[in-house]
Amino acid sequence: MTSSTEIISGTRTKRAEIKEEYKKFIGRKILFIFSSLILIFIIAGISTTLGSYPITVTEVYSIIWRGLFHNPETTKEIVVWNLRLPRVILGILAGIGLAIAGSMTQGILRNPLASPFTLGIASGAGFGAALAILLSKGIVGGEYLIIGNAFIFSLIPTFIIVGLTRFRRATPETMILAGIAMMYIFSAATTLLMYFSEADAMKAAYFWMVGDLGRASWDALLPISIVLAGCFFPLMWKAWDVNAMGAGDETAKSLGVNVERDRILIMIISSFLTASIICFTGTIGFICLVAPHMSRMVIGGDNRFLIPASGLVGGALLLGCDTIARRIIAPVILPVGVVTSSLGGPLFLYLIMRRRREYW
Amino acid sequence: MKLIVKDIEFSYASVPILKEVCIELAASEMLSVVGPNGAGKSTLIRCIDRILKPQRGIILLDELDIKELRQMELAKKMGYIPQSTSRVFPATVFDAVLMGRRPHLWWRASERDTEKVLETLQMLNIEDLAMRDIDELSGGQLQKVFIARALTQEPEVLLLDEPTSNLDIRHQLEVMDIIKNIVRENGIAAIMAIHDLNLASRYSDRIIMMNSGKIFAAGNPDSVLTPDNIKQVYGVEANVHYNDGKLYIVPLRPVKQNGGEGGHNLL
Repeated sequence: MTSSTEIISGTRTKRAEIKEEYKKFIGRKILFIFSSLILIFIIAGISTTLGSYPITVTEVYSIIWRGLFHNPETTKEIVVWNLRLPRVILGILAGIGLAIAGSMTQGILRNPLASPFTLGIASGAGFGAALAILLSKGIVGGEYLIIGNAFIFSLIPTFIIVGLTRFRRATPETMILAGIAMMYIFSAATTLLMYFSEADAMKAAYFWMVGDLGRASWDALLPISIVLAGCFFPLMWKAWDVNAMGAGDETAKSLGVNVERDRILIMIISSFLTASIICFTGTIGFICLVAPHMSRMVIGGDNRFLIPASGLVGGALLLGCDTIARRIIAPVILPVGVVTSSLGGPLFLYLIMRRRREYW
Repeated sequence: MKLIVKDIEFSYASVPILKEVCIELAASEMLSVVGPNGAGKSTLIRCIDRILKPQRGIILLDELDIKELRQMELAKKMGYIPQSTSRVFPATVFDAVLMGRRPHLWWRASERDTEKVLETLQMLNIEDLAMRDIDELSGGQLQKVFIARALTQEPEVLLLDEPTSNLDIRHQLEVMDIIKNIVRENGIAAIMAIHDLNLASRYSDRIIMMNSGKIFAAGNPDSVLTPDNIKQVYGVEANVHYNDGKLYIVPLRPVKQNGGEGGHNLL
């Protein structure tokens, strides 16, 4: 009698232990998410003070606070509100969006090398922008033509891939190969376009593709925030299903996931999110590949936590890189795409070498 | 609970894999599907869980056509245990098993879901592995995790695709004992594709022997696993022995082929 009671209480304590440990495990993930959020606020604070016009941290915060109720009047207020703040916020939002799209694309394609750019989005956008830049020389409102064209062309590869899945099953292999084919086709088209264009236009088109936050304005922030909010919630909703896909298509199906439909749906949402960011910023590379990996190294692959975590890491990363791009050889401002790749690359290599366990 | 599979046909492109397959299964019954490579065992298992959609035929679960069920609803009734694959997406054992609750939960995993996971881990005696990553586990441990995941779905039917194929003999017996107990105690019906004829004869109530997409023989182990059937389906001469009322198959040699190139001549 006593021994059986002991066994029961033994299993009770064991269960309680596992439960406790699992709670801590979840707690660590949530802690990481909050730390990343705080990190973004810190970098944003620092970034807003930096620039050719010196403004202190306390001044920045009081200007931001006052600006919520009044229109900016003094030079300092105009610098903060019209120049620095839009750029900082664009950096954060673009970083969040690209990283989320990247983590979901890697999840549905079960491939650590995948990103929305692997599916041809960047090449499509590059071609659309180059076309608009070459055509719109001197046209009023050419800026909007570039944005619109880049947006539309960036989605063409996605729609072609969706079209192909009507004939072939939507397996990760098919989609990645189709995306890579699309990448080559649009790159070739862009090269051909540039080959026949003048030097100025060619330079403009080339630098558009590097990616830059210099075109930031409040006008661009509104559509990006709406799209980001509109994509975040459906992707979070699908987090469980992407987790299930990680265990293989067959297992996911047996767990009730409509694998092929969900894979296409999530690809469309991620592409749409990426497209609406890069049509304003140009094709900022690397964030959508690296931010999800960095987050996975710390908190693991559970998409319920990975989506917000990699988003915030991406935001902090892009904002940090842009701050460096603005200041490293001031007054010259580098395009942020150069910094994300040239600093992000070595950092990423370092992290890969020192990781303790296989996280993929 | 009663599962009826009627006239299932399935083909990849235009290559027929399954032809007119019929099965009936009741609660607490364990059915093994045996047959040579390419006979359609795994395809049959996948068709029953609608991982593959059969082109023809009907599958009834308690007189309900599963085609009418949404995939999530079906996932509450059927659990599928894949062959342990070498490449899996890392996750902790706890999270991997919690995934089995997906059909039952809305978004947040509740206390009940957590309890169910703990209960299943305890039942399979893998509590100590709870916080380990699944890519660090041995084949046998991984198979138990997959079984645990399927059980947290609270299914009425378990489908297993060669559950013992990568396991050493101890783990083979452990895993088969676990399945047998679950089937007996929880009133679950199990269908498994299996290569090992001796395990099949020892653990199953009934056996189906398949050959090129068709059911060649069906019935209790004694009636299906005869030297003659094995010879016709596998092309192997075998002896059948009895020990403790159970049947044991000892394969002897491949049957000599028409061209005279069978293993026979090599001996």
